[in-house]
Amino acid sequence: MTIETILYVIRSDFEVQVDEACSPVGLKIKASDLVAICERLYNSEETYFDFLSCITGIDNGPEANTMEVVYNLYSIPNDFGLTIKVELPRDKPEIDSITPIWQGANWLERETFDLLGIVFTGHPDLRRILLPDNWEGYPLRKDYSTQEYFHGIKVDF
Amino acid sequence: MELQYKYHPDNLNQSEPTFYKEEDLKAGEMLLNIGPQHPSTHGVLRLEVLTDGEIVKDVIPHLGYLHRCFEKHAESMPYNQTIPFVDRMDYLAAMNSEHVYAMGVERMLGIEDKIPKRVEYIRVLVSELNRLASHFVAIGTYGMDIGAFTPFLWMMRDREHILRLLEWVCGARMLYNYIWIGGLFYDLPVGFEERCIQFSQYLKPKLVELENLLISNKIFIDRTANVGVLPMDLAINYGVSGPMLRGSGLKYDLRKVDGYSIYPELDFEIPVGKGEVGTVGDCWDRTWVRMKECFESLKIIDQCLTQLTGDHKRTRSFDPREIVPKKIRPKAQDFYIRGENPKGELGYFFRADGRADVPFRCKARSCCFVNLSALAVMSKDSMISDLVAIVGSLDLVLGEVDR
Repeated sequence: MTIETILYVIRSDFEVQVDEACSPVGLKIKASDLVAICERLYNSEETYFDFLSCITGIDNGPEANTMEVVYNLYSIPNDFGLTIKVELPRDKPEIDSITPIWQGANWLERETFDLLGIVFTGHPDLRRILLPDNWEGYPLRKDYSTQEYFHGIKVDF
Repeated sequence: MELQYKYHPDNLNQSEPTFYKEEDLKAGEMLLNIGPQHPSTHGVLRLEVLTDGEIVKDVIPHLGYLHRCFEKHAESMPYNQTIPFVDRMDYLAAMNSEHVYAMGVERMLGIEDKIPKRVEYIRVLVSELNRLASHFVAIGTYGMDIGAFTPFLWMMRDREHILRLLEWVCGARMLYNYIWIGGLFYDLPVGFEERCIQFSQYLKPKLVELENLLISNKIFIDRTANVGVLPMDLAINYGVSGPMLRGSGLKYDLRKVDGYSIYPELDFEIPVGKGEVGTVGDCWDRTWVRMKECFESLKIIDQCLTQLTGDHKRTRSFDPREIVPKKIRPKAQDFYIRGENPKGELGYFFRADGRADVPFRCKARSCCFVNLSALAVMSKDSMISDLVAIVGSLDLVLGEVDR
C-alpha cells in the first residue's frame, strides 16, 4: 500500500493535504471530517487501518492560538503507517471522539483531555485519568502555571 | 516556618474516589476497592470493582499515583538529557526504552546509518538481557499472585545474575542511562562477553526447569487456562500489543515487522498463543508466550555474542562515543518511532520545530497504559480471584502506565 491508495480512497469526498515533514507519512484534514475519514480508512478493504497506536495532543501556544491532535494509525495486514493531523482553535478545542471505531482510543483521548483540555465530543466517559478529578488547569498547555494549593498542600515549594 | 500542609476537614471530601455511587448500585451489588497498596496490583494501581457476590460486573482502574510529568519534563530538556527520565518509565526494562528513544532521535537527525555495527550489537545484547530480566519479574510475580512462591525465588535469583551483568556494563542496576543518542556510554567491560557466554549456558537448563515447574504445572493451568480470554479482533481494536497480542494469536512483533536496529540479521522465532490448554488468548497463553520469548531472547543473545567476539570484536581504536552529536537539533518535523518493549509497543511521538534544542512536544505511547485499558472487557463476569490472575497476566509496570 502507498499513500496514493489512501488518497484514492478518501480524496474524492474530503479535503486532505499531504504533509511531507512527517514520518510515517501524514495527512492534514479538517476537524469536521475526522470521524468520516477514519471510518472510511477502517472499513475499506484497500486501506484497513485496524490498529490505533497513539493519540497526541499538541498545544501550539497562545501566539499561534491553535491546538493539534495527531493520530498514529497502522494497518497490520498491509504493514503501513499513517499520521492524521487535525488543527483546532485554542479557545474552543473540541473534536469528535473516535472511540466507536477503535476502543483503544478511549483512554488515549481521556489522557489528551486530562493533560491538554481538548474535549472529545461523544466520548463515553470523559474524565481525568492521570491527574486527580479536581485538579485545576491542563499541564501540557504552554501557558500553564500550577495552582497554589491542592487539598491544603502547597504545590510549588 | 510555613507549614506545607494545612488540615481542614473538607480536604478529605474534595476528591471523588469512586466512579459508581452508592445510589447507582442495584440490589445485591457491592463496590470493592482493591489497591493502591495491594501486592497483587503490581504497584500503585487502584481498582474499583463492582461485584455481585463473587462475580465481577465492572472494573474501573484509577491511575495516576505515580505520575511524574514525563512529557512536561521532556519539553524543557535537550534530547540527550531526557534519557534518564526514559529509564524511569518502565523501570524493569530501561534498556529497551532507551534503545527506542535513542533510535528515534537518531532517525530524526539522519545519523542512523552511521552507527557502528558493534554499537548496534551491544545495544541489542543489553536490550535482550533486559527483556529476559523483565520477563522473569513478570512470570515470577505472576506465579506468586496465584499462589506459587518457588518460581518467584528462582526467577529473582536468575534476574540477579542479569542485573549484575548490566551493573558491570554501566554501573547501575536498573536505571542505566547507557544507550546514548549516536552511541553508547562506554564499550563493554573487558571480559564481559566471556562472562555472558557462561551465563547463557547456565540459563538454558533453568528455563526448562521453569517450564516444568510453573508453566506446565497442573495447578497453574487450572488457575489460568480459560481465564481472562481476549479474542484477537478485540485485542487489535483495543490497541493491545506485545505478548498480550501474541497471546491472542496474532504473529506481530515489531522486531520483525519494522526490522529496526540489527534484528533483521538475527534468527529468532515469534511465539504465538495457540490455546494449547484452553482458549486462545487466555492468561496461560500470555504467560506461555513470555516464557517462550525468554528462549528466543537467549538465542538472540548467543548470536550477538558470536558477532561481538568474532566479526565485530573489540579493538583499541573503537570509540562508542565517536559520533555522539554535541548539539542535537533535528530539523522541523513530526516523527513517530515505535519499538518492541517486553510489555508491548513503546512509541515516542516527537515534534521538533527546528529552532530549539528541546522537543516542542514529546509524547510517550505507553504499552502498559493501553494494555490496561482492555482490563474491563477481559474481566467482565469473571470471579474476583480470577481478577487477580488477569491483572497479573497483563504484566503491568505502573511507572510506565502513569509516566
